[in-house]
Amino acid sequence: MDRQNGTPEPAPLERSAATRPPRFRFRTSLETGIFIVFVIVWAIFLIGNPRVFTGFHIYYSLMSTIPFIGILALSVTLVVVLGEIDLSFPSVVGVTSWVFASVFALSHNLLLSAIACFGVGIAAGFVNALLVVGIGIPSLVATIGTMFLFRGLTNVAAAGNGIALSTARGHFLYEVAVGRLFGLIPAQALWMLGLGIAFWFLLNRHRFGGHLLFVGDNAESARMMGINVNRVKTIAFVQVGFFSALVAILSTLEVTYFWPNQGTGYLMTGLAAVFVGGTSVFGGMGTILGTFLGALIIGSLEAGIVSIGLTGFWTQFIYGAIITVSVAIYALLMRSRR
Amino acid sequence: MADTVTKDAPELLSLRGVHKSFGHVKVLKGIDFQVGTNEIVGLVGDNGAGKSTLIKLITGVHRPDSGEIYYKGERITIHSVKRSRQIGIETVYQERALGDQQSLWRNMFVGREIADRFGFINVRKEKRETERLLREHMGFTSGAIDTSATVMFLSGGEKQGIAIGRALHFNADLIILDEPTMGLSLSETRKVLDFVRDIKDEGKSAIIISHNMLHVYPVADRFVILDRGQIAGNIMKSDVTQEELSELMIKLARTGSLA
Repeated sequence: MDRQNGTPEPAPLERSAATRPPRFRFRTSLETGIFIVFVIVWAIFLIGNPRVFTGFHIYYSLMSTIPFIGILALSVTLVVVLGEIDLSFPSVVGVTSWVFASVFALSHNLLLSAIACFGVGIAAGFVNALLVVGIGIPSLVATIGTMFLFRGLTNVAAAGNGIALSTARGHFLYEVAVGRLFGLIPAQALWMLGLGIAFWFLLNRHRFGGHLLFVGDNAESARMMGINVNRVKTIAFVQVGFFSALVAILSTLEVTYFWPNQGTGYLMTGLAAVFVGGTSVFGGMGTILGTFLGALIIGSLEAGIVSIGLTGFWTQFIYGAIITVSVAIYALLMRSRR
Repeated sequence: MADTVTKDAPELLSLRGVHKSFGHVKVLKGIDFQVGTNEIVGLVGDNGAGKSTLIKLITGVHRPDSGEIYYKGERITIHSVKRSRQIGIETVYQERALGDQQSLWRNMFVGREIADRFGFINVRKEKRETERLLREHMGFTSGAIDTSATVMFLSGGEKQGIAIGRALHFNADLIILDEPTMGLSLSETRKVLDFVRDIKDEGKSAIIISHNMLHVYPVADRFVILDRGQIAGNIMKSDVTQEELSELMIKLARTGSLA
């Protein structure tokens, strides 16, 4: 190196991963993986009971039940992408269902009931955001608290009593929520499909989704790049409250009855759909397609298991097998990409 | 010490009499610091000398307790990171300002996405721009770049290249590089220094923070030595060899003064 122009020779750029020809996409291989699992599970059902699984009735029935956990799982995926978790959403479904049913019982006005329901759902989301973002409680801990809190609120308010909403039938909003298109397709299935597409665009093509991914990947770097991290997290928690309220409306109207334990079955199945789908619990990476297929798998297992001739006792075992095997595959995929 | 900038370089940034304390700790004690237009300044000093605090004042993370900041001839207050970026000051923070699991194109445009009025990202355009940047600033040949590759596949030097390319893309006039060569191999360090030369070639200015003289010497026009919150030296490269500079640093560390 000489004195003035101590310029080292420019280093040749070695071939690095960015120039390596085979295009390895982690998310693509994950989504392929979940798709294969989906096909295998469905093939087992089809072979196990061809009569049921070649008929329309089972699909009609699944289309009416799966969207509840499906929509919840799609919404919770955004929180998981952040590297956070929300355990309170089934309880938010509970409390917003009570609000929806109670307002309807008093007013017989579906629109008003829906507005009140969404309002409470959004407020519940803000409570979570306040605890996690404002006060700084880890989301796992904070939402265990609000999970009990909102469930407790529902119990106190409902005092063990159900509320019938049978007069809602035939109303325009009832048809929009849970009507049957051409008498064949439950409207909630269309809601789940539409929201699946919307969430895909939100996460993969919208600025907000990019910010979610970055905050989940590296919050400090996101902050340095000018992203308002607290705002992104707040929106993520609030939208879970909002979509919990939507599911409250759909599930309450589907049976036109409010049960005080509404939503209780959604916690593990909803989260299982997210993780079977391949979204990483560490944040920074998420797949909407995976969650969608995950919800279809998780949501159809129980019916499938029974119809292929196993007793209901097998359900949890098979849930467990599918969840552990799929997350093990993802962990191995994750390891191989480094 | 004379607070001059490189000859013929009009002042881009100037700090005058800047003080900053955190509680009882006086971190900066009357700093006069200038950066000229199209000048590369090496800011060197030991850990705890106040380098990063000085940088945080310039990037709007902290505000000075007293003293003035002038930018392009005007007195300004830099009250936020956003504000400093608006006026054309970009900081390249080691590798930690990249999202490891995100694609190159997402990293390039994060926080400043090319989006329509509904907020939907123009992915094709972002990819194309990213490819152009990689080609022009990182020496990749066209067609060989996979802008969808995630950053974790890149080497440390390439990550710095992405970060510097990002700063150049957004037309920063002053790019601050915080320890850009820390933890890099020799050949990787060379790459980063090549990226710094791009900054010079584009007519922009830069501050390179380093505690390693060897890394800064080849690309800097001038060296500012910070010691315990004060400017201990302001030396043009033309006045000093690398060996002399290293000796000065050792002397400073031993005796606490350059005299």
